[in-house]
Amino acid sequence: MSTEQTDVFALEAREAREIARREGRPLAETERVVAMVEAGTAQEALARTRANEARSSQAAPGSRDPMIINLGPQHPSTHGVLRLVTELDGEVVRDIHPVIGYLHTGIEKQCENKTYWQAITLVTRMDYLSPFFNIHAYTQSVEKLLGLEVPPRAQWLRVMISELNRITSHLVWLGTSGLELGAISIFFYAYRERDRALDLFEMISGERMNNRYFQVGGCADDMPPGFEKLLRQFVTEMPSRIDEYEGLLSQNPIWLERTRGVGSLPAEQLLDLGVTGPALRAAGVDHDLRKARPYSGYEHFDFNIPVGTNGDAYDRYLVRLREMRESVRIIEQCLDGMPEGSHIADDRKVVLPPRGELATSMEALIHHFKLVTEGFSVPEGEAYCAVECPRGELGCYVVADNGPKPLRVHMRDPSFVNLQALRPMAKDAYLADLVVMIGSMDNVMGGVDR
Amino acid sequence: MGGRPLSEYRNLIDAACPGAVVDEFEGPGDELTMEIARDRIREVCQFLKAEPAAFRLLSDVTCVDIIEGNGHGDRFRLAYQLFSLESGDRVRLRVWADAEQPEVDSVTGVWATANWHEREVYDMFGVRFSDHPDLSRILMPFDWEGHPLRRDYPLGGEDVKFSDAV
Amino acid sequence: MALIPPPGAPIERAPRTDPSIDRDLRDLAETSEEDAFVQRLLTTTVDRALAWARASSIWPATFGLACCAIEMMHTATPRYDIARFGAEVFRATPRQADLLIVSGRVSQKMAPVLRRIYDQMMEPKWVISMGACATSGGVFNNYAILQGVDKVVPVDVYVPGCPPRPESLIEGILILQRVIGAKGQPSSLDLMHEQGLPVPEDAARIAAQRQAWAAAR
Repeated sequence: MSTEQTDVFALEAREAREIARREGRPLAETERVVAMVEAGTAQEALARTRANEARSSQAAPGSRDPMIINLGPQHPSTHGVLRLVTELDGEVVRDIHPVIGYLHTGIEKQCENKTYWQAITLVTRMDYLSPFFNIHAYTQSVEKLLGLEVPPRAQWLRVMISELNRITSHLVWLGTSGLELGAISIFFYAYRERDRALDLFEMISGERMNNRYFQVGGCADDMPPGFEKLLRQFVTEMPSRIDEYEGLLSQNPIWLERTRGVGSLPAEQLLDLGVTGPALRAAGVDHDLRKARPYSGYEHFDFNIPVGTNGDAYDRYLVRLREMRESVRIIEQCLDGMPEGSHIADDRKVVLPPRGELATSMEALIHHFKLVTEGFSVPEGEAYCAVECPRGELGCYVVADNGPKPLRVHMRDPSFVNLQALRPMAKDAYLADLVVMIGSMDNVMGGVDR
Repeated sequence: MGGRPLSEYRNLIDAACPGAVVDEFEGPGDELTMEIARDRIREVCQFLKAEPAAFRLLSDVTCVDIIEGNGHGDRFRLAYQLFSLESGDRVRLRVWADAEQPEVDSVTGVWATANWHEREVYDMFGVRFSDHPDLSRILMPFDWEGHPLRRDYPLGGEDVKFSDAV
Repeated sequence: MALIPPPGAPIERAPRTDPSIDRDLRDLAETSEEDAFVQRLLTTTVDRALAWARASSIWPATFGLACCAIEMMHTATPRYDIARFGAEVFRATPRQADLLIVSGRVSQKMAPVLRRIYDQMMEPKWVISMGACATSGGVFNNYAILQGVDKVVPVDVYVPGCPPRPESLIEGILILQRVIGAKGQPSSLDLMHEQGLPVPEDAARIAAQRQAWAAAR
């Protein structure tokens, strides 16, 4: 372990103190806690802990100085690069200070340098478990600014693929949450289905992940031949697979012991913290953007919103499993009632012409050229559109200024906001329960840090 | 999506906090943006959170850097997205912050969720929020200099030969 | 259409920031038996057995950062099953791991953590840079992302893709196995010493420690 001056972390803590002193302000709370963990060599930290122990071994338990330890950013149970500076009193967590930013990618800044089209490829990599939802929120905002109508077939295609994405995202959550609690089999079961769904994504968009399928105005391409049959097979088998997962976990005494009563907060507090999605619905609030502000044709579908009662980790688990079942229903309705028509809007100033026309029509060639090199311009304005991501409300705030590149693209990511609820949840909980809570909140650090 | 027409919110706020709403913009679709005077933002937010408006969910607090400013020496344009569960209405509040020493009242006392949103705005733009419980950098390292999402902050990265695409 | 150069042809590429770190494993794999024998550091049967053992049971450390981590998880699942190739368990602690698969974009804040994890691994250790972001910054050429993890750790295999399919990652691991087991490269550090390449900072300390052990034996 390097204890010389090349300890980058101690350096960072010292620099932060310098900057705070230069700006004439005291260290903020998180900075202070992190500096306490980092600054000084390992020997100093050890001496401090020993002094604390000596002093507090005479005191009654519960009144000890908390031991401050670091969980992450490289940690198997933090679902990505999340760092939790934890104040522990024995096994009980007294307080946590989440430190994020370890996956900050500068997507929002880079979108300002790309045309509206090119920004789709960046935005899709943000919350990497739900790429289609990222694009959906973004393209809805841009379409609102342009005043572009999305044709019904494109809307239904978007709904179908979004619900398939919801299933794959919940499968990752199920697999990794089980893995963290020691239920390793569910990991393999869940990913078996996810591989089949990723095959479907690959068929329709060309990639398994980080797809760029939705476009401004609709979808990039229609369903390829054979896709419908495979998707029907998938959704026909999926309910029995979900039964398998429930059979493994729902009545499993170990699962019940570890998730019942863990991580519940009152619904009012959750709403105040901005939590949306399954975590809020498990607490009894039936708020789902697909029903509250239906978008992209969701008002035509018949589906239920699963709502829990306690808001603990077990309820969140049940809510997500039931959401998977509802998603299967929606996909079946999409396949049965898919309207005819074009898979993308007609406006040639915004949407690429079909490739066959490029050989015969001069106008199509010119439109294609202008769109690919320069991009379309969006009139001045701002728009905020939100979709119901598997984790909650995923919103995209686009500010346009008449040019081909956006002035500002901001993604309101549900993982970022939901993570704030971890701190009140973790107070006076066991460290093992903290792991369950992080899993049940289903954070994707790509969305948290953007 | 029931509830009152969006224009009524202006009247509600004018009745409770007169003079707070400086301007109103109708956006494409059903978007309503109201510009609030900088020192009245906390008051307006407290009013909007309570009945009858009941905007109990603060979806987002974000910022746009408009270099040219709004003509009064302000450069940073903050946007607060509010959502009401009962009526399903969305409203956006707009507040301008100064170019030299941008500082705005924090609304963490009204909605706890504003905590991290405001930290992100501080980190990325440099807008300070008074009475914020923990205003520190959240995405960049604690010893980072500069505020990346400002328009005059360079994009960074490496030169890529033979490519004029950014 | 790009022409694939024939084996043995000189490989032209744009200079990277530190050209000496850029070792092309095709060089090692395509040269004749004689040259390979000369380059080999291991000549005894025991050493060869050790190399075979090391190659056949490389245990990766969980260093999943972003989207590539999900594909890395897929590699461990039944359809692609990395366990067939010896990577039976992903060790959570770097101290028990042999292979660091840097999967995902490495931000400026994460770079020192990456280096610390690499330092905590014990020799012999290898690094696979999985995905475009780890290899060269990928789509993200900006202030926030390290443009290539080989600025921070020495990389043995680069696996391109965004994200690379699980099959690509398996191919990367197989290439690494070939290099370790068949061609006798026991550790990236030893290879760098041998070829006179700049070594990471702790290398001097590790070398001194090794000498001390050798002297004590």
